[in-house]
Amino acid sequence: MNHSISLTVNGARRDFVLDDPRVTLLDLLRERLHLTGTKKGCDRGQCGACTILVDGKRINSCLALAVSHDGADILTIEGIARGDQLHPVQAAFIAHDGFQCGFCTPGQIMSAIGMMQEAKAGNDPERIRECMSGNLCRCGAYAGIVDAVLEAQAGVDGSNQRRSA
Amino acid sequence: MKQFDYVRPATVAEAVAAAAQPGAVYLAAGTNLLDLMKGNISRPDLLVDVTHLDGLDGIERLADGSLRIGALVSNADLAHDAEFAKAYPAVAEALLSGASAQLRNAATVGGNLLQRTRCAYFYDTASRCNKREPGSGCDARDGENRTHAVLGWSESCIATHPSDFCVPLVALDAIVEIEGKNGRREIALDELHRLPGNTPERESALEPGDLIVAVRLPPAARGFAPHARYLKVRERTSYAFAIVSAAAALRVENGKIAEARLALGGVAAKPWRARAAEEVLSGSAPTADAFQEAASCALADAKPSGDNSYKIELARRIVVRALTLAAAGTPARIPALPASPFASTSGAMHA
Amino acid sequence: MPELNLTSAPAHLRHGSSIGQPLTRRDGVLKVKGQATYAADNHPPGMLFAVMAVSSIAHGRVTSLDVAAAKRHPGVVDVMTPDHKPQLAIDPEIKTNPFVFRMEVLQSNEVRYANQPIAVVIAETLEAATEGALLLAPRYEVLPALVGLDAGESFVPPVVGVGNPAENTHGDVEAGLASADKKIEVTYETPPQYHNAMEPHAIVAAWDGDRLQIDMPTQGLMLSLARVAELFGIAPDKIHIRSPFLGGGFGSKGLMAGPPVLGIMAAKLVGKPVKLVLRREQMYGPVGHRAPTRQRLRIGTDAEGRLTALDHHARTVSSTFDDFYEPAADASHTLYVAPAIRTSHDAVRVNTGTPLFMRAPGEATGSIALESAIDEMAWACGMDPLAFRLKNYAEVEPITGKPFSSKALRACYDQGAARFGWAKRPLQPRQMRDDDGLLVGWGVGTATFPALMFQAEARAAIRRDGTGAMEIGAHDMGQGAWTALAQIAADAVGLDIDRVTFKAGTSDLPDAGIAGGSAHTATAGAAIHSAGAAVIAKLADLATNDERSPLFGAGNAGVIARDGKLIRRDDESRSESYTEILARAGVAEVEARGTGAPNPAAMEEYAMHAHGAVFAEVKVDPELGQIRVSRMVGAFAAGRIVNPHLVKSQLFGGMIWGMSFALHEEAITDRRSGRIMNANLGEYHIPVNADVPPLDVITVEEHDPHVNALGIKGVGEIGITGSAGAVANAVWHATGVRVRRFPIRIEELLAQR
Repeated sequence: MNHSISLTVNGARRDFVLDDPRVTLLDLLRERLHLTGTKKGCDRGQCGACTILVDGKRINSCLALAVSHDGADILTIEGIARGDQLHPVQAAFIAHDGFQCGFCTPGQIMSAIGMMQEAKAGNDPERIRECMSGNLCRCGAYAGIVDAVLEAQAGVDGSNQRRSA
Repeated sequence: MKQFDYVRPATVAEAVAAAAQPGAVYLAAGTNLLDLMKGNISRPDLLVDVTHLDGLDGIERLADGSLRIGALVSNADLAHDAEFAKAYPAVAEALLSGASAQLRNAATVGGNLLQRTRCAYFYDTASRCNKREPGSGCDARDGENRTHAVLGWSESCIATHPSDFCVPLVALDAIVEIEGKNGRREIALDELHRLPGNTPERESALEPGDLIVAVRLPPAARGFAPHARYLKVRERTSYAFAIVSAAAALRVENGKIAEARLALGGVAAKPWRARAAEEVLSGSAPTADAFQEAASCALADAKPSGDNSYKIELARRIVVRALTLAAAGTPARIPALPASPFASTSGAMHA
Repeated sequence: MPELNLTSAPAHLRHGSSIGQPLTRRDGVLKVKGQATYAADNHPPGMLFAVMAVSSIAHGRVTSLDVAAAKRHPGVVDVMTPDHKPQLAIDPEIKTNPFVFRMEVLQSNEVRYANQPIAVVIAETLEAATEGALLLAPRYEVLPALVGLDAGESFVPPVVGVGNPAENTHGDVEAGLASADKKIEVTYETPPQYHNAMEPHAIVAAWDGDRLQIDMPTQGLMLSLARVAELFGIAPDKIHIRSPFLGGGFGSKGLMAGPPVLGIMAAKLVGKPVKLVLRREQMYGPVGHRAPTRQRLRIGTDAEGRLTALDHHARTVSSTFDDFYEPAADASHTLYVAPAIRTSHDAVRVNTGTPLFMRAPGEATGSIALESAIDEMAWACGMDPLAFRLKNYAEVEPITGKPFSSKALRACYDQGAARFGWAKRPLQPRQMRDDDGLLVGWGVGTATFPALMFQAEARAAIRRDGTGAMEIGAHDMGQGAWTALAQIAADAVGLDIDRVTFKAGTSDLPDAGIAGGSAHTATAGAAIHSAGAAVIAKLADLATNDERSPLFGAGNAGVIARDGKLIRRDDESRSESYTEILARAGVAEVEARGTGAPNPAAMEEYAMHAHGAVFAEVKVDPELGQIRVSRMVGAFAAGRIVNPHLVKSQLFGGMIWGMSFALHEEAITDRRSGRIMNANLGEYHIPVNADVPPLDVITVEEHDPHVNALGIKGVGEIGITGSAGAVANAVWHATGVRVRRFPIRIEELLAQR
């Protein structure tokens, strides 16, 4: 059975016919749309490497059927920089060495962006650690990840202050 | 993953009709179902996608003071609903202690109630499992079972229910609204999950086609807000299932416990309401002795199902601690590490 | 090869020489944009998907596979089985050299461990291949599985680790114990652990006639190339392997394992490019793991707390069909001085995939046992555990009596203890509580890892436009080769780092040796350094032999290379740019090769090790037994630090692995079936972000003129050692409960309250 699906991926509308309802958002992105920045680490919702934003919220794309997300707005690691202009979270990850091998990094960054939009952790390192715990990093770059998020959050807080001033 | 058909019904009635067919299952967020399908534990023929149904994603306060939570409300949206978290803080804390932020963003209220056990032998399709394959036997019984049930288990099955959310819900007398072939009915959450007995494959009171459409917290559930906690012991600080957990909620009047609610997680095939322990507490002062007695009472019928006798003692201690924390009062803000023994706002309870 | 645009962010530009600068990762931009291409990200035209079916039994044979059912599934193209597969040129059971391990590539129906590959389904889509593999529904003849450290008759393996003797003796241990004032005998157990790199093993293989293109993460390009060449009977120069980025390796991607070979076979079978990616649960078998151990330590001390004897015996396991023995007891060779030291190993065979190198193989397992036992001995002597370690500080390598090439461990202890505040530690356990009433404990562990060197080669060039090139088939598995080796390259050719094209990560480049043993930066760095020196020497020849050059007559020794110029050493006002030299000589570029290799004379004379001291604080809930590490300080002396920014990350990572060893990681094997019951990332626990406290690393200044030309010792693995023991010792200090089985479980701490 074919299913017509329409998604917005990184701002561009994508219409296509899905010939198999088993395809997850993750496999759709990686194997059919060739957006391979999003990684598959476990395929079972246990590592967070596949984190993307769907309708503004971070989820594990490995546990989401594409067919069920008809109409969704999807943001992946490929969609957050503006050309050479890195997203502040991306830049902060580089500055604070928030990764080593880099494999979990797209998921970490998308998770961090999602977390900052959720605005539950603020600049509290303990809350950031808890709220980023859905993203495993085997290299052990957690300290850099937390520092990167703190820096990016400080940037957001700073611009909010400027706006309200 | 086995090939399946996929339908997206437009109404609840259509959904119920579709899902009543043999081999059909409901798909909500799929965070548990897809995991089970990828592991070849579930092999449905038809997925009935309910995520697009209208009217199941609201949180509404009813005239009688109840709260009605639509089955499609996400775990995160519910936990972060400020009014909800204020009125039912232990539920919010339990929700935020479960899984990861990503999973909580996707997972739904209805789906959480129906999540399957994490028993490794249930997940391992090469093992015998009466739940997965009725009558095949239970390889967990003599297997690696240090995390298995200590209450309500049978020789057929020693699996536990993994939900955090359900533990405070069952303590607060939550009601489950179900739409089925014969229309709408409701049952107490305590009656939704079944103990294994000789039929561990029958995990819930649901019939084919039954769709959980909402969970309701009765008016009295709000009365515990000032003294309600959820506590969860696990093997890493976050993103881990409970070894044992407890929800404790007290209504304190004039320095005495007017009413107590207590439930345990990770100890049985269902969220375990400890009514006898509640009785012990009712009318007593919130003292360490009373909490100890309640804990003994709550675990009176516990027995190890394997290498897990420690869980009985651990459960007693968690009960005491959860009651102690609840008596001390609900923190103004959910701790940075929800439900954790390391939640920094827990205060000097255990000095 | 993807075009790699590697650069540092402008905010982190270097000053002066490149080595020693805290540059950010030059592959950072690619990685944060999702543009770093890992093996499974490749998708050549016409590519098919291959999925392995693996055995659910640990021992026996496959009696049937429902190939027809798999083939009936829409999209399934073919099913590769022992009866239907391309022939290999050699028997995969033959060990052609010590770095070849036996693999299962459908050579028979025999099953020797759970999760062993038994078939491969190739399909047009990943979904079809995945379900096709399930539809094979294998039937088995099941034989009893050998499981655990007491599975059978033990034996003494011929060697442990890589060629170490199974037994080592220095002095008379029994006499030392007999004369001891105090002695302890303690037994520790460590579990099987799995590398679990975030990137599952993956391969994209494409044949073009007899040419083979491979995308595959590997820590050893040339070893992999040689193995593929011999297995498929083709010349190495027909094979091209790309491995620009590894999503972590930790030892599991060092040597060619069965699954990528199956991917190449599948591509040959169907005549199309094939991608084969392991499912997470399939990584618990055919790609190596850290073997379990049971370690008995007997230690004696005299009345002053000096060791009189140290006896360390380790039982471990290997597979039923190959040999790798975790050299755990060897951890006792280097740290503590004693008149008598004996280390010994024995083993049993079990139905498991062959154990393999896993980050600090032997050192990690041995360290947690040794450091715990040393703590127990200190307590028996009534001594502070740091004072006890200092009392038994080894001025020469205890087992050999050789002097150390350098050893700044005393400074590590001092600086680490000062930063941590160790002086305030109460001697008795269970004395400290935090404001919340949680038990607090402090522990210390000594870190050590050998400073190894392998063989490598590099090619350097200097071009007339004033740029340089350095080529070496090096591997970046996260440790930072793209950056650190480029820094060495820049200094080697006397250019700014952004003027040097640094090529790595493919098999057509000079052999960089294996990225393992914490020796890659040292080995590849030495080759780069030597290639740079050679190319500069050629350039200098052009200048100093040319009377038109201001450097004429300066001679090789009298010239230094800096900022794209050769400068007279005795007169810095006289210099000439590379461009000028090459333009006048009419040469487009000069090139030269260099090698890196161990120095046998230095190795004969010196013991070479990196050292460190790790201090950990844990909090333990007094009633509930849950543990959390609340801070760690590690002070490490590891020779020259090429990039402090990246070294800090490496050491942090190692310390987290140490914490994980003490508190989290364990593969749980069903003792009846031999199946691993937590072959996933949900229940095989590695630390999450919330487990990791603020970490502090001090890199202690250390100059080592003997290890290699650059004085580099390596930092990839040392962080685990010491850390695991420090955490375990801190748990004891918090609770008064000595747990001798790792990871430390909640129930072990419940007994006492």
